[in-house]
Amino acid sequence: MADTSRAARSESGRIARVLEQDSANLLEAWIAAQSKVLSARGSISANELRSQSREFISLLQKAIASGASSVDGPDWDDVRGFLADLSKSRAIQGFSPRETAMFVFSLKEPLFERLGAAANPDADTRTTDVWNASLILDELGIYTTEVYQKSREQLISRQQQDLLELSTPVVKLWDGILALPMVGTLDSSRTQVAMESLLQRIVETGSDVAILDITGVPTVDTLTAQHLLKTVNAVHLMGAECIISGIRPQIAQTIVHLGVELGDVVTKASLADAFRLALSRTGRTVTRIDAHVNDRA
Amino acid sequence: MERIPILRMGQFLIVSIQVDMHDRLALTLQSDLATRISETGARGVLLDISSLEIVDSFIGRMISNIAGTSRVLDAETVVVGIQPAVAITLVELGLSLPGVRTALNVEKGMAMLRHATGFDGHDAAPGSTPLSESSDDSAAV
Repeated sequence: MADTSRAARSESGRIARVLEQDSANLLEAWIAAQSKVLSARGSISANELRSQSREFISLLQKAIASGASSVDGPDWDDVRGFLADLSKSRAIQGFSPRETAMFVFSLKEPLFERLGAAANPDADTRTTDVWNASLILDELGIYTTEVYQKSREQLISRQQQDLLELSTPVVKLWDGILALPMVGTLDSSRTQVAMESLLQRIVETGSDVAILDITGVPTVDTLTAQHLLKTVNAVHLMGAECIISGIRPQIAQTIVHLGVELGDVVTKASLADAFRLALSRTGRTVTRIDAHVNDRA
Repeated sequence: MERIPILRMGQFLIVSIQVDMHDRLALTLQSDLATRISETGARGVLLDISSLEIVDSFIGRMISNIAGTSRVLDAETVVVGIQPAVAITLVELGLSLPGVRTALNVEKGMAMLRHATGFDGHDAAPGSTPLSESSDDSAAV
């Protein structure tokens, strides 16, 4: 047991030695290799790339020199932290997964060349060294990709959240009349957010009528209709009236074909019709002030 | 034993739930209210649940039952002050309280009761809607 660990230590020591002694040449060769992958974009400056690469080599050298065999161990914290930061920043800058992963993988070629060129006694040792170095770099490369993917997912979920909040504005059309123009596909989470903000606004403004405008909803299926009915019911429970407007001819047909039961929900073809109804429900009418305008029209 | 007070105001009874509703309290309220309606001959019941933050299916059914009982005893029920979260919960539970009148606040609830029962001198003309409570803001747009 002790023998193998000492052997591992001496093997990793050889990799560390190569990294330390030949670091300047290695850096140049590595940067050249990276530039080949990155050439298409050029969204990172040469200086930045150089400093990143230099830092990684020195961190890697320290970690390997520590002799820890597992990349998950505490000795590798610095390396993993560095790669995580790099990967996150590249994910945000819009690098492709390939470009991000190649940061680590492109080190293989120059490193293996140097491991081979070093004064090693026999082919077996050389193969072992290359194998060990390859294992380490593979692990780190996969780690980088994982972090990259996670950052992208976080970015996407944040954008989704933003979209949710932005896409459900409750507008006040008149005293006591609110409208909720819905745009995009209605799924349960969006309906939930829309419903919450609408009900909240009804309480704040003491509104009597809420108009649900679905002009911007591309398709209505049974599920969507169910979401709409839920919203209408909730508005009724709050003591306000709910009118659905903006039902396009195709959607009206779909609703009938699907056999969706809208019950006694008031529906109007256009927002204007719904607004007119809402005004009359709150005891108001729209009239022209100027009789001449009326005549000409 | 803890009870929810039932206040009489003219022809109407007012119930304001200000405490956490538990099942026994709900049952007591139902029977108390039925008794009071028949005693007083009230024509309307206003149930204020604006302080209620948590509802379950039992409380939801209680509200339906109160409305049903009142209707049998010839009194209209208006439930007022349902919080947004409560409304969403009720809808998700599938309890949309059919046949129960709702209003945003006590003031609108009272106006609705007056209209529905035709009491308090404010007999609305036939055809006008329950929402037009003040005629002076119906200025031309």
